[in-house]
Amino acid sequence: MSAHAEAHAVDHHDDHGHHHKETFITKYLFSQDHKMISKQYLITGLFMGIIGIAMSILFRLQLAWPEEPFTVLEIFLGKWAEGGVMDPSVYLALVTIHGTIMVFFVLTAGLSGTFSNLLIPLQIGARDMASGFLNMISYWLFFLSSVIMVMSLFVEAGPASAGWTIYPPLSALPQAIPGSGTGMTLWLVSMAIFIASSLLGSLNYIVTVLNLRTKGMSMTRLPLTIWAFFVTAIIGVVSFPVLLSAALMLIMDRSFGTSFFLSDIYIAGEVLHNQGGSPVLFEHLFWFLGHPEVYIVLLPALGITSEVIATNARKPIFGYRAMVASILAIAFLSTIVWGHHMFISGMNPFLGSVFTFTTLLIAIPSAVKAFNYITTLWKGNLQMNPAMLFSIALVSTFITGGLTGIILGDSALDINVHDTYFVVAHFHLVMGISALYGLFAGVYHWFPKMFQARMMNKNLGYVHFWITAVGAYGVFFPMHFIGMAGLPRRYYTNTAFPYFDDLADVNVVITIFAIITAAAQLIFLYNFIHSMFYGKKGPKNPWKSNTLEWTAEVKHIHGNWDGPIPHVHRWAYDYSKMNKDESDYVIPGQDFVPQHIPLQANEEEMNH
Amino acid sequence: MDATVAQTGTEGKTWGGGNRPLKASYGKMMMWFFIVSDALTFSGFLASYGFSRFKFIDSWPIADEVFTHVPFLHGVPAPMYYVAFMTFILIFSSVTMVLAVDAGHKMQKKKVIWYLFFTIIGGLIFVGSQAWEWATFIKGDYGAVETNGGKILQFLDKDGKRVAIGEFATTLPSTTETHTEGNGIWYMEGGTETSFNYEEVKAGFLANENLLIRDQELIPDMEALRASEDTADKQEVARLERSFINLDATGEKAIYSREMSVAKLVNDGKLVVEGANLKHNEYGTPLFADFFFFITGFHGFHVFSGVIFNLIIFFNVIIGTYERRGHYEMVEKVGLYWHFVDLVWVFVFTFFYLV
Repeated sequence: MSAHAEAHAVDHHDDHGHHHKETFITKYLFSQDHKMISKQYLITGLFMGIIGIAMSILFRLQLAWPEEPFTVLEIFLGKWAEGGVMDPSVYLALVTIHGTIMVFFVLTAGLSGTFSNLLIPLQIGARDMASGFLNMISYWLFFLSSVIMVMSLFVEAGPASAGWTIYPPLSALPQAIPGSGTGMTLWLVSMAIFIASSLLGSLNYIVTVLNLRTKGMSMTRLPLTIWAFFVTAIIGVVSFPVLLSAALMLIMDRSFGTSFFLSDIYIAGEVLHNQGGSPVLFEHLFWFLGHPEVYIVLLPALGITSEVIATNARKPIFGYRAMVASILAIAFLSTIVWGHHMFISGMNPFLGSVFTFTTLLIAIPSAVKAFNYITTLWKGNLQMNPAMLFSIALVSTFITGGLTGIILGDSALDINVHDTYFVVAHFHLVMGISALYGLFAGVYHWFPKMFQARMMNKNLGYVHFWITAVGAYGVFFPMHFIGMAGLPRRYYTNTAFPYFDDLADVNVVITIFAIITAAAQLIFLYNFIHSMFYGKKGPKNPWKSNTLEWTAEVKHIHGNWDGPIPHVHRWAYDYSKMNKDESDYVIPGQDFVPQHIPLQANEEEMNH
Repeated sequence: MDATVAQTGTEGKTWGGGNRPLKASYGKMMMWFFIVSDALTFSGFLASYGFSRFKFIDSWPIADEVFTHVPFLHGVPAPMYYVAFMTFILIFSSVTMVLAVDAGHKMQKKKVIWYLFFTIIGGLIFVGSQAWEWATFIKGDYGAVETNGGKILQFLDKDGKRVAIGEFATTLPSTTETHTEGNGIWYMEGGTETSFNYEEVKAGFLANENLLIRDQELIPDMEALRASEDTADKQEVARLERSFINLDATGEKAIYSREMSVAKLVNDGKLVVEGANLKHNEYGTPLFADFFFFITGFHGFHVFSGVIFNLIIFFNVIIGTYERRGHYEMVEKVGLYWHFVDLVWVFVFTFFYLV
């Protein structure tokens, strides 16, 4: 008993408010409870995801049937698609906002925000985040930045259109394109707020993992999800502030006449006063965030997959320490490879070869992870539920997308396919689709935890999975070929070049796959919303998982555990562990041993 | 509940869970990680500054010639004296902050109040000095002419001493008429005008045989250049010898001969620049002013917010909030922030004023 009393003393400050009566506002709006905040993140992220995916369908229509009238375009785009034919400037706007929303709002905040919030306190055995108040502020800043980003769609000259990378001078000069006016200003304001939100969130995740682990939860007993979220937060703290520098300097250039990124510009019959600046400087600053951002998006998905695969293969994760080491290695390397986005920017070619070297190094930890997933699956007792299927699909897209990364990371090869659909195919598979699969796996797996034991419909999950898996490859696999044939990305239409006429049919195929895949997401949405209210109630630990969140109360209470916080006696991956004389499982008849179960009499202790 | 007495296997281990492995509260650690993040924002700025300065390595303004003023000592050249004073004040305020934190550990409320008070005063002096420094830089001192190519031409007498444009420019009848709110259907305030326009400076310069012009270009190492066999280098030597008269002054700004001065001013001159702003800078490339205003401004904003935080904590100390709480950790947290802001200034000071 004395141990429990001590634990209470340590986390006492999180306990108050345990039995307070909560109003609608404190429970659903300005909640400081991590479980509610995680749901807020998820639903905001999914809403932004609907917008982002819908946009991709609109511009895919234009790419497949260039300048054909579609009523749907006129409905959504109004004055930018009179008679149903899309205007070139809104095409650029759609591509830009699709990228921005998917990368930042869905896959950064929607994925990492949701699952870091839900799982960090539950899996490490804490009553809540270190600072529930800052956590709440973090969500509401994210909400505000989402609102501003959506608002920017409705300004008169249209939203930002300079690509999600907003390179100056295009983004810096309002007279350059319509989208560089108020739309770009709102984009920058929204992103500045987003960065503040991400910073507050990350600070919380880091200190929570450091300080609030329950007794016995050493760093090497942490589930890999927590390692992934922890390291993701660190990368965020290190790289987002540099994007803030770039954004602030761009704001100065746009609105106050400085010349940080501008020089020698003649536009609209006028010589601008700007002299001395360099757009390449912006690219350096942007990609110092931009590349780590890829891993901010991907690592949480990889963490979720590790957990889901081990649970559903009923096997310990293969190479736990190698997994942790490769997460750390990826995080470190991600900060020294940004130049591989700039091989043709005019950067010194010698630097290009340095960045090629560091970039190819990332293949090592990535391969370690891929092989470890496969070896974990090997001879496992596979439970093919939707979360598992999405996790396995993630391994698949991570490998296919990763292989083309080796080509793009090499400066000599990259130059040939730079800014073609080959690049689009690469990053959509390796970070877009992979991270989305991670998100789906996470939602299917932890839905019962989020919505008090309600399960999502498994059959609808299978339908969703198979259409998505086939459709996503249907969209992005052909893109490799049209990219290698030279088709450039970001072009409104390719009909002006007879050279590309042969590729028109492939674009039709891609668009049809895209429409089908997007439609399949409606099944997921239906399943999600329906199960929230009418889903079948499952057991407390539906996947027979080892991690601590399944020992917490089914009913959401502030403080997570009604009694004392459980102590941890083992790592998170004791699946199918046999007892000393190999006669039965450690706990007879049960192929898993949750983390809070002490070492059994007939059990050998293993060092992982 | 006898099963719960089982050992977790991590007893006594620093990272075993159930304790604070870094022996710091979450709030203090958050401040540390926030500092990491903010340091990277400043690194982004300073790296950009280095990147841009390197691009203009052969014509970057010399800080010793720019920051020569001290309040109340008008006309006395005292390069760096005032900024050295500002830096001393800021660093001293860090010392008083340390003393405040230390007094907080010992629960000496009176001492905390006094040391925090001195820290706040130090911060206010620094922010005020910064404002004065900006004002002086914006006002400028000698004035210069900007060429069509965006270069800055400065004026010297025969002894190589700087001459202000006001000392030689002739006043020509004004050609501009002030538009007033009363006589138009649309009224926008005109831009500020320089005290003399380009034509006036040109006329004055042509009338005064003793004046020369200095370019923003710096004299390279002529010996090495002359020794070179490269044809491009030989042409460069010929150009330098044709244009400039102070080729032995390596690293200083190049001075045109009288004929070249006249030609340069008449052919290339465009407008008069007085002082510095985000678009023009009489001391040289506008990027110098852009980065100066932006980075010292961003830092000044940090100092200002630091003063506000310190003030809030100061009043909390006075009303006894931390006495009741039993510890002065909040003083320590704002102390961390304050030291960080000072440290950033050390870098800003080094890169803008010293190197």
